[in-house]
Amino acid sequence: MTTQKQSYREALRSGIEQALMEDERVFLMGEDVGRYGGCYAVSKGLIDSYGPERIIDTPLCESGFVGVGIGAALGGMRPIIEVMTVNFSLLAMDQIVNSAATLRHMSGGQFNVPLVIRMACGAGRQLAAQHSHSWENLYAHIPGLKVLSPATQTDARYMLGQALRDPDPVIIFEHVMLLNEAGNVLDKPEADMEQALVRREGTDVSLITYGGSLHKALSAAEQLAVLGISAEVLDLRCLRPLDIGTITASVAKTHRVIIIDEGWYTGSLAGEVSAVIMEQSFWSLDAPVQRICTAEVPIPYPSHLELAALPQVETIVTRAQALMAGHL
Amino acid sequence: MKHKLHLDRNHLVNQLVQMLRIRRFEEKCAELYAQEKIRGFLHLYIGEEAIAVGVMAALNAEDNIVATYREHGHALARGLSMNSVLAEMYGRTNGCSRGRGGSMHLFDKQQHFYGGNAIVGGGLPLAAGLALANKQQQRNTVTVCFFGEGAVAEGEFHEAMNLAVLWHLPVLFICENNRYAMGTPLALSESETNIAKKANSYGMTSAQVDGMNVVDVEVAAQAAVTSIRDNGEPYFLECQTYRFRGHSSFDGQLYRDKAEVKQWEEKGPVKRLQQWLRQYNHFTDAELAAIESEIKLEIDVAIDFANKGAWEPIADLCKDVYSPKIMDAVPALQQAKEDQ
Repeated sequence: MTTQKQSYREALRSGIEQALMEDERVFLMGEDVGRYGGCYAVSKGLIDSYGPERIIDTPLCESGFVGVGIGAALGGMRPIIEVMTVNFSLLAMDQIVNSAATLRHMSGGQFNVPLVIRMACGAGRQLAAQHSHSWENLYAHIPGLKVLSPATQTDARYMLGQALRDPDPVIIFEHVMLLNEAGNVLDKPEADMEQALVRREGTDVSLITYGGSLHKALSAAEQLAVLGISAEVLDLRCLRPLDIGTITASVAKTHRVIIIDEGWYTGSLAGEVSAVIMEQSFWSLDAPVQRICTAEVPIPYPSHLELAALPQVETIVTRAQALMAGHL
Repeated sequence: MKHKLHLDRNHLVNQLVQMLRIRRFEEKCAELYAQEKIRGFLHLYIGEEAIAVGVMAALNAEDNIVATYREHGHALARGLSMNSVLAEMYGRTNGCSRGRGGSMHLFDKQQHFYGGNAIVGGGLPLAAGLALANKQQQRNTVTVCFFGEGAVAEGEFHEAMNLAVLWHLPVLFICENNRYAMGTPLALSESETNIAKKANSYGMTSAQVDGMNVVDVEVAAQAAVTSIRDNGEPYFLECQTYRFRGHSSFDGQLYRDKAEVKQWEEKGPVKRLQQWLRQYNHFTDAELAAIESEIKLEIDVAIDFANKGAWEPIADLCKDVYSPKIMDAVPALQQAKEDQ
């Protein structure tokens, strides 16, 4: 398998470009995706190659253009809708939740909505409380939607294509802290988009995570290895549906679990994963399931407070040590 | 090719039949609701039939329709069978949405009927999107979007108006202005009560028409559809109408006088066309009686059809939330597996 080094941003752009090349029905639509080049520069230059009919700049009306995307999908197109950040997507939640997610069911299977919505998420850039949140869990709660969280450059490269081939609405969360990260991109996707992957094998504790927290979990695992603790790192990749088989297989191997999730602690996706483990793997556990999530506060602006609010490598290392020592 | 309007006697009698089918069907629905055969919310279209019947007469089989939760009239006028509409309201699998939607969510792919949407204003951007797909794929298809005047207060109304004009989308917006958003009259919810004027402020061609007169509605809709097909620009039609019944079956109608309702009933679309036909076309009571008995028969058959419809097995509860998995959906992945 050959590889190529790309930043996460470049990988996302390659994925969009391939989709545009392969299928004439595909178009990209969103605020500033064309002439400006995308607010995170993901779609920079695409309008020059594909023109304003396929790279469509929209006014600032999230509900309107997401609704247009749903209608276009119903009409046989394959829209990629970009909502700048997860915070703005709340303005389009009516269309996403009440239309995209429900139409197939309410029509008795007659109409499906092959729509992909991309949005940036996550904290770490001192953007304060209206540009830093992680509401993957809100969307992962909703039947009818599929929710992806690419954490690697390879997933950034291929998950979009996989999502476009899916006949149902798919939401892709792209963590802002990953955009400049460079890494190897494989020449093929590693797995079906709905499959969780073990990113590092281990025997003592499972670190279950996704998206922006994956690299933190991997760093923690390296530090733990030095301390003699073998941590397995599991990347969920898809938050709805959850790949429960891969989760339980890991727990059966390590018997201890820490879930790392940038959502708020209460009502987090980590809570859901924890509940699944309680229901299906309780007798495999040697210790209570641990969650490391964001503090219960709107993300603050000052760097030291922002960092304190978020899950960090040190927290994971300390928690894993305590878990292994039987202190939890 | 442009449609020519043939307002001959046969056409008008047919329009009367279509309106009467909706009227009698819904009167029966109200009874069936009282008998608890139909459950959930039931929003009747009684009084507004001229709009659905007039507009549908201007459309082709390929045109798209996006409707609201008060859509029995749109569905029947579009050509959904009374059987499948009533069975849907009964929640049976032989309903037009397999019983999954009920009264507010009638869908029919064959008829290009994109539903009953129960979120006020929610259908407007969706209709704009269908129009965008038609435009991109160079289909000469018009998308018609029905909504009430209450939707005008929603942000999505304004977003859809802007996008439709900005992007030259072939969509016909039909505002059914029945004067009350549930129980709130227009003047209490809008600073500007001339709705056509609002649409016009976005640069959209807009017109107002007497929504109680099926001929006026058809003529106006025909002009609108022709304009959209010729110019590829959106068009807005405000139909002045009135709902004779409450907002839904739970509405005590404390917000309006009975005298006001009576006044509007006098100029009701069914009554008006009947009177006109009698006056100028020697339309006899015997002819009307024959039409009525045919409709009664159609309704009886529909009730029987709905009663005999199967309930969805509970084993299928979670069906149709997601599409069936397509095994060859990810060619690159398949290739990767083969390489291993």
